[in-house]
This record gives sequence, structure tokens and C-alpha cells, in this order.
Amino acid sequence: MALKDITLGQYFPGNSLVHRLDPRTKLIAVVLYIVALFLAKYFVTYAIMFGVLALSIAISHVPLKSILRGLKPVLFIAIFTAVLNLFYTTGTHVLVHFWIFTITLEGVFQAFFMVVRIMMLISGTFLLTYTTSPILLTDGLESLLNPLKKIKVPVHELAMMMSIALRFIPTLIEETDKIMSAQRARGADFESGNLIQRAKALIPLLVPLFISAFRRADELAVAMECRCYHGGEGRTRLRQLRYRGIDYMTIAFFLVVTAAVFVLARFGL
Amino acid sequence: MEAIIETKQLSHIYSAGTPFERGALVDVDFTAYKGEYLGIIGHTGSGKSTLIQHLNGLLKPTSGQVLFQGQDIWSDPKLTRFTRFQVGLVFQYPEYQLFEETVYNDIAFGPKNMGLDEKEIDRRVREAAYFVGLRDDQLDKSPFELSGGQKRRVAIAGVIAMEPKVLILDEPTAGLDPVGVESILGNIRDYHQVHNATIILVSHSMEEVARTVDRLVVVNDGRIPFHGTPREVFQHGGELERMGLGVPQMTRVFHRLRNMGVDIDPSVYTIDQAKEAILRKLRSGKGAV
Repeated sequence: MALKDITLGQYFPGNSLVHRLDPRTKLIAVVLYIVALFLAKYFVTYAIMFGVLALSIAISHVPLKSILRGLKPVLFIAIFTAVLNLFYTTGTHVLVHFWIFTITLEGVFQAFFMVVRIMMLISGTFLLTYTTSPILLTDGLESLLNPLKKIKVPVHELAMMMSIALRFIPTLIEETDKIMSAQRARGADFESGNLIQRAKALIPLLVPLFISAFRRADELAVAMECRCYHGGEGRTRLRQLRYRGIDYMTIAFFLVVTAAVFVLARFGL
Repeated sequence: MEAIIETKQLSHIYSAGTPFERGALVDVDFTAYKGEYLGIIGHTGSGKSTLIQHLNGLLKPTSGQVLFQGQDIWSDPKLTRFTRFQVGLVFQYPEYQLFEETVYNDIAFGPKNMGLDEKEIDRRVREAAYFVGLRDDQLDKSPFELSGGQKRRVAIAGVIAMEPKVLILDEPTAGLDPVGVESILGNIRDYHQVHNATIILVSHSMEEVARTVDRLVVVNDGRIPFHGTPREVFQHGGELERMGLGVPQMTRVFHRLRNMGVDIDPSVYTIDQAKEAILRKLRSGKGAV
């Protein structure tokens, strides 16, 4: 059951302004947001970025709790980076000095901003996957990457593979759960023993899982061919992506924010 | 009769404490008696799969108790593991759990995990294979070379080889042709009789359950609204239909006859019983048709 509780950028159905934006708009906005986040330097610029994030979350109506839950797994990485920055940043204002370790005021700030940056980075991208269904997301990605077709990049095929992969994550998790229970019912033990014993214990789980994944892939391929799928050439869409006024406004807003952060960071703010 | 498995006020809530929280079982008191052939019936999502996974300790109750031979199976980890071997559970579409290189090794997986010696494992594998009608020369084949029906037999043999006192089967006949259905049900009956084992058959097909079991437990919406012999249960025809379960065809015909004003016993569920009832009615003289 524990496997089912994993939130892997889960889609949170809703009808907020953020949900209704064109997926391409959201993708562009997230890219701009990330760029701005890396340009940010000090309190003022970080405060602006935090404001943008808070505003987006507020408009999206995604409960804060689920965003925070998504942050839990990266907490370790964040703390790890913070500790590294804390000790390895050189500066002039030495706060503590013992043995070979030196903590400077610059280091404290650096560590703090690093944690904030990672957390905001993850929250921002989570907001994208929380408010955009995987299908729309890949549609948007395909449409944005379309120019690459000119240089023979198989954009449609890549997007199709991505949506199929995303579609089958929950199915495979469920399947894993089922096979695990079935083998446990026959006395398999996945929880105890040393590393080698545990690796061996996975065989009864992995073999059936692979077989069923291949079987599913096969069946899906046949089903797609039965419906005359033959790649992206000349394929029309049920859902046409279309920019509306609000989309242009959103992109303009994010452009302004990025530019503002760029300029302010130049002044060391 | 002596109870072999009992649940007391058993409740189970999935994803407790998240927005996806939902109760699958609510205060369920369930009893299976020693040596009986019990049917559990309920439509998809009624909680029947959750219930059976509690009976052999695969799921831990959110609250309440599961007793095997009078002992709480969660009171001691050793007892939980012991219960898994004593209460064999065959999942739906069990053929998807096969993984070994040969049929023999796959059937031996359970007994090996029990820590039995080679000789005993060999005896059990051959006996289990015999029960499900696998030939000796099929034991050395790869399970993936077999047909779907045969794969299912191998998977069922894999659980039977642990010689459980209670054998639970979740929809063992799903997706089989009528001949396959009959033969699997026959295999299960053989195991029931030879080992005097308790059998719990989970199904959503009233016809199938009605023909095979001694007693029937209906699961709906995480509760057990009624249980009893098939005859007793089918008297709740209307309620069963509202749960999306329906009653066997014969019972439906007789309920209909009764509603049309014929004074006839509506609790029949097989063709033989129907014949009896009609003959009795005709002999007793002028029916008010």
C-alpha cells in the first residue's frame, strides 16, 4: 500500500485560472521562473520570486499541504547542499572557527539562499504538474518543440513515448503492489536479510513485472495499430491548443519579472 | 462448528490522513468455520478483496482483530508469518505471478520459503501438481510455454503445495472457458475433501457460487449485510439486485412467478431444485395460476 502513496508530480484536477492556462504558457512561464530563480541574488530578488510563487499557488487553489508534501523527499538534498555551502564558502566576516572548519556570514547567507532556491524550484515545477494533466503537458511540449522537426528530431514520437510512459506509471505501481502481495502470500520476504538476500528476494517480483510490462507494450502497440496510428504525420487533434489573452498576459508578466530580477541582481540586491 | 478464522470489528482505511482517504471495511465481524466451503460475494470495490487480504495477514487492520485458530495474528510477527502459510491465498489472475525457470521450481517456491526439507518439498510439489491435473512431463517445462489455463493451474498448485488449512481463491475462474471453469472448481473441491480444508471462494458470479458453496457471505460497501446458506441469502433477492449482484437465473424466474401470484417456494437456485419445486407444486394439485 505504501507504494500507492507516492506523489510523483500528481495531477490535481481543478478549474482555477492556472489550470485553464494553455500548457505551453505554463511551460514557458516555468522556464522563465527557473531562469529568474537562478539570476536572483539577494533578499530583494528572492522576495520577488517568493511573491511570484506564492501568488501562483494562491491562484491555483492547490492546497499548500500537498505542495509541502512533495518537498519532503528533496529535504535531504537541500540540507546536504546547505551544509556544504555553510562550510565551504569563503568570506571576510568569520563567525565561528574551530579545527579546519570556518563558518562565515557569507556562508550562512549562501546556505540559506541555496535551500530557498531548491525549495522554490521544486515547488514551482510541482505547481506545473499539479495543474496540468500529463496529456496536456506532452501536447504542449510537442507543440513547443515542433521547430526541431526541421532538423529531424522525432518530436512527435518522443512526446508520444513520454505520454505513454507517464500513463503507465500508476499501472505499474499497482501491478508491483499486486505481485508483491501475491509473492508475500507464498512466504516471500522483501523486508529482512542483508543486501544480497534482499536483491535475490526481488527476482520473484521483477520477473513477472517485466513480463507483464512487455505484454502490455505489445497489446498497446496492436491496439494503436488497429486504430491506424502511424506516427505524427498528418495527425489531427481533438484538443487544439490555442493561446488566449490571459496566456499572453501571463507570459508578459513572467518576462517582466525575469527582466526585473536580472536588473536588480546586477545591483547586488 | 469450530471457527478457524474470525475477524472482530475489523476496519480498514486506505491512505489514512490524506485527501484520498477512504474506508474499505467498516466494523466487519466475519467467521469461517473449520472444513466448510464458504463463498464471499460482492461486486467490484465492495471490499471483498480487502477482507481476504486481512485473513492471511497481508494487510494490517486499521482497527479491530483478525483471529486464526483463536489467536490474534498480529500479536507476534512469527504468528503473522505462520498464518500466511496456514491460510493460502490465490489472487485474481494468479498466472501473472509466475517467475521461475520451471513449473516445478515455481510450485516449490512456497514450500521452500516454509523451510521444509528437499524430500517433503518434492512430495508436496508432485501432490499439488496432481491436484490441479498437471502431468509429470509438464513439471520441467518453463511456465511461460504453457497456455493461460495451464499457467493458472501452476499458480494455484503453488499455493496448494503449502498445504494450507484454509485456501482462499479470488475469482479463480475469471476469464476461463466453461470446461476450464468446471475443472478448476473440481480441483478445488478435491483439495477440500482430501485435506478437509476450509475453502473460501470469492466471486461476483452468483451462479457459480450458488452451485459450489455451503455458506455464503455477502459483502457490500465494506460491510456484511447478510450471510447464510445460499437458500437463505437468495431470499433477499431485491436487496441483492440493488447492490448490483443479482440472484441466479432460476431464483429470478421463481421470484417472478411468485410476484405473478403463484404460491411457490422462491428460494431455489439450481435447475434440480426448480424441477423439484415445480413437480411438488403440480402434484399438490390445482395451482392458482
